[in-house]
Amino acid sequence: MAEKMELNDIEVWDGNYAASQALRQAQVDVVSAYPITPSTPIVESYGAYVANGYVDGEFVMVESEHAAMSGCIGAAAAGGRVATATSSQGFMLMIEVLYQASGMRLPIVLTVVNRAVASPLNVRGDHGDMYAGRDSGWVQIDAFNAQEAYDLTLCAFKIGEDMDVRLPVMVHQDGFVTSHTAQNVKPLQDDVAYNFIGKYQPYEEMLDFTKAVTYGAQTEEDWHYEHKAKQHKALMDSRDVIDRVFAEYKELTGREYNRVEKYFMDDAEVAIVALGSAVETARYAAEELRAEGIKAGVVAPRCFRPFAFDGIREALENVKAVSALDRSCPMGAMGTLFNEVSAALYTNDKRPIISNYIYGLGGRDFSVAEAKRIFKEQKAHADAGHLTTPIQQFSGLRGPKLGFFETKRGN
Amino acid sequence: MSRGVLATEKRGMRELGAEEHVGWDEVTQGTLLPSFEKEVDAAHVRPEERPYSDFNSYTATVASWRVIKPVYNRDICIDCQNCWVWCPDTSIVSRDKQMLGIDYDHCKGCGVCVEVCPTNPKSLLMFGESEETEAALAKWPEKKKKAK
Repeated sequence: MAEKMELNDIEVWDGNYAASQALRQAQVDVVSAYPITPSTPIVESYGAYVANGYVDGEFVMVESEHAAMSGCIGAAAAGGRVATATSSQGFMLMIEVLYQASGMRLPIVLTVVNRAVASPLNVRGDHGDMYAGRDSGWVQIDAFNAQEAYDLTLCAFKIGEDMDVRLPVMVHQDGFVTSHTAQNVKPLQDDVAYNFIGKYQPYEEMLDFTKAVTYGAQTEEDWHYEHKAKQHKALMDSRDVIDRVFAEYKELTGREYNRVEKYFMDDAEVAIVALGSAVETARYAAEELRAEGIKAGVVAPRCFRPFAFDGIREALENVKAVSALDRSCPMGAMGTLFNEVSAALYTNDKRPIISNYIYGLGGRDFSVAEAKRIFKEQKAHADAGHLTTPIQQFSGLRGPKLGFFETKRGN
Repeated sequence: MSRGVLATEKRGMRELGAEEHVGWDEVTQGTLLPSFEKEVDAAHVRPEERPYSDFNSYTATVASWRVIKPVYNRDICIDCQNCWVWCPDTSIVSRDKQMLGIDYDHCKGCGVCVEVCPTNPKSLLMFGESEETEAALAKWPEKKKKAK
């Protein structure tokens, strides 16, 4: 039996350590991992838990991230609770296998510490890796601070392993800003956390020899489409389970999570939509601006996938102007968050003025002052009744002002 | 013995892809394909007696993929089981360590069994797919003499 760890009511943990503690409390059977900055401390800490008797499961060191996720798939198909961690280039190498995991409906938990993707090589946080996972069929949950990284990693097991979901889940946090910043975290005691997730329930596991089953079959044009549609529906339907798990977690801890987080949105006239640590920056800015009389609010998709199309639409239907902030360079298009928020808003009668900011690439700081400037710019759009800037702009970029596309349409 | 494949003769073959096409709501979760209709202790039940599901390739033939085929000569075979061990498609049918023949429904004609056969002459040789077994056996080479 694994040793229990005595935890204080309030611990000082960074996002990495918070995620690793959640993996330990979940009593994962197999962690198959290849460490990479900035998520290295997650598997490093986990390795120490195993070595010191705090975990009964196996820690498998492999030769690449492709192998790490492949090992996770094998262990999950065999019938175990499985998790790993990665970032950036490691995530990119893992991508081919991510699709296998979701296609086989294996509830693996992947803690992703978001980092920029080379070239140029960069170890700092942006959302290039997270965005690259958006069509991979995983549930993608985003934590904005260390407490959330802990809470949501526990929730991830319960969501993915639910018999109505059975899909892999990523829990994202921002590289360094979240992963390496020590903050106050309120953990659960080991038994409470484990009992919240529950004992792992296998489904069609390969190690049940009386029910031989093939994983990873080949399907061509006569079958592939039906299987993919069924998988897509499972991810869409996971919305209800996510809501239920969040509600149960609130009952246990008092901490509330929603698929779309809304801050100061009850009477907001201008809004920022963002992911990751920038959400907290924008919240701080909105609070300060309210003292100046600008009704600013923040909307944050807690679940990047499944995307809360209707929740985003409802959250923003009464604002006059909104800017969608993308921390990943879309390379020849508008940002993903802008595109998805725009599409949601387009299906409503009320369509606020919307613009797109690219920001924070490669760990470029996103300050409160900059968030306030963007809010004020939204206010100027709202007062003018139309966009006063290009639709897509760049925040915190040196050199001549860069922008793309214009519109004369008001709201 | 022309085929000697007792296991395959009574199971009723179907071509791959001939299964019923059902909608997205009826396909299995995660494309997981059960091998059997019900639970079975497969290690202790002979292949021809297992309750195969439609997803198991045991009842699907891929014979049309083959252009050359191995022919088996019982008169020379020493039942060493080398071919049974090496065949990548479990298409060598053996029972109680006695070679019975080739499962032509699943054999893809790779020739590995011929390669690993240790007898002189070989007990398995490759022939064109259209060659009759009797004709092939009639052409069987003589034992090679060791060069002195």
